[in-house]
Amino acid sequence: MSGTVDPTVINLIVFVLAIFVGYHVIWNVTPALHTPLMSLTNAISSVIIVGAILAAGASALDLGSTMGVIAVALASVNVAGGFLVTQRMLQMFKKKQPKGEKREA
Amino acid sequence: MTANQIALAYLVASVFFILALKGLSSPESARRGNLLGMIGMALAVLTTISIILSGRIEFILLAMVIGASIGTFVARRVQMTQMPELVAAMHSLVGMAAVLIAIAAVNNPAAFGVPDPMPTGNRLELFIGTFVGAITFSGSVIAFGKLAGLGKHFRLFSSAPVVFKGQHLLNLVLALVMIGFGVAFFLATDKAWTPFGIMTAIAFVLGVLIIIPIGGADMPVVISMLNSYSGWAAAGIGFSLNNSMLIIAGSLVGSSGAILSYIMCKAMNRAFISVILGGFGAAEGAAVAGAERKTVRSGSADDAAFLMSNAESVIIVPGYGLAVARAQHAVKEMAQKLAGKGVTVRYAIHPVAGRMPGHMNVLLAEAEVPYDQVFEMEDINSEFGTTDVALVLGANDVVNPLAYEKGSAIYGMPILDVVKARTVLVNKRSMASGYAGLDNPLFYMDKTMMVFGDAKKTVEDIVKALD
Repeated sequence: MSGTVDPTVINLIVFVLAIFVGYHVIWNVTPALHTPLMSLTNAISSVIIVGAILAAGASALDLGSTMGVIAVALASVNVAGGFLVTQRMLQMFKKKQPKGEKREA
Repeated sequence: MTANQIALAYLVASVFFILALKGLSSPESARRGNLLGMIGMALAVLTTISIILSGRIEFILLAMVIGASIGTFVARRVQMTQMPELVAAMHSLVGMAAVLIAIAAVNNPAAFGVPDPMPTGNRLELFIGTFVGAITFSGSVIAFGKLAGLGKHFRLFSSAPVVFKGQHLLNLVLALVMIGFGVAFFLATDKAWTPFGIMTAIAFVLGVLIIIPIGGADMPVVISMLNSYSGWAAAGIGFSLNNSMLIIAGSLVGSSGAILSYIMCKAMNRAFISVILGGFGAAEGAAVAGAERKTVRSGSADDAAFLMSNAESVIIVPGYGLAVARAQHAVKEMAQKLAGKGVTVRYAIHPVAGRMPGHMNVLLAEAEVPYDQVFEMEDINSEFGTTDVALVLGANDVVNPLAYEKGSAIYGMPILDVVKARTVLVNKRSMASGYAGLDNPLFYMDKTMMVFGDAKKTVEDIVKALD
């Protein structure tokens, strides 16, 4: 055995372990919240914005940084939209008092 | 910040994402979970911005402000019935962002701390991230069009499956050609724009071709599947940039979408592969036409109101028809009136009720139906036998007892046991069959009364009759 571990192998380790975590966490999500789960995972996958920021921040103003800026805008739509719409939905699942609700329709 | 500090900040953000998803295990903890997700995202974004502070930050901030404003506007305005469209649109954005980042990475790997020219290992991962992203983008655009009912403007968006001869062969050939150019990109030592560009273009076309043959009934599977793809695309980009946080977040989302696809397929008794191959929901109505004319008993909203107000227990089975008619608020009012008369009212939700996983729960929550009155199929199915009245609102296949009969097209599909209730009320607009194109024996039973009409109108009439 010699040499250091290739970054790709480390990535693969992280990948496999993360899938296991995802598998166990997601099966525990109550079916009633599957729609908020989708909008939340949508927001989380928009963490791809990190790559977009790095691309956009490159010192040269070229094709790469232009693509980066556009990607930042697209991912930002998702970050804001995803978390806010999830919050809006979850607000609806708030426990209501059986009698004497705050706002009776 | 040093590279180690950055990596640790990303680790913290990843843990927040896991905790966010964990929060969704119950409605009580869900809002805190969402908040943790926001904190994780803020940490990830701020950490990354600190890396490029010397760069052209103003463009980035401008792009973020524009994007976030659009996102906020849409999130506030969207109707709950439009959630499937919104989610499809958001998947397409993730896919497109992945492709754009990949282009930037090919152009200038050094910006991501990847050596220039890019090593072969990163090329392979970039290739995977790009084509999955491209397929996610164009596939989601088609899914969005189908869900938003744009079929009458543009045939590709038709909610009926678009099928043609040699479709699967064409897809296979395109996929192989795409992989071929991917290998060329992988083996190249320069930037290799040509194979990269052709590969990406083919992936965009494939995304369209994969989704068009899938019919409207299978949309819950499609939308879960694209959810999964958007995660894998993010993970693929994470691989090529050696960023563990992207890999973790992407894998979480990818496995979430995969599990949802599995749950949806199981609830519809469909094999995943046959959903993907598509064609389901095409004109299969021929099987129904041959059936002999059977009589149905139909009644008015007044009859329904009378039956329910004299019952001890009522279970409401909401389906897609309720969502289309936006009848959820009227249903809530009816349930309150019945509860006022001492009737126990519960809701039974089939996993594929609505147009995406969990859609019906959100619609009922929007109408302020307390979620402890809302039950999942496996929790309430044993209760139908002791229930006086089951009220089916715009659902069909999910209550079809043919699912118990060997040889029927939906044999084995898990259904709500409405057939066991003492009296069954069914509200539908007509006797038309459901997505599966099957007749429903439930409608012809002696204990069944059909109440024809739009779900919202009918329920409102019942509410009036209850006064």
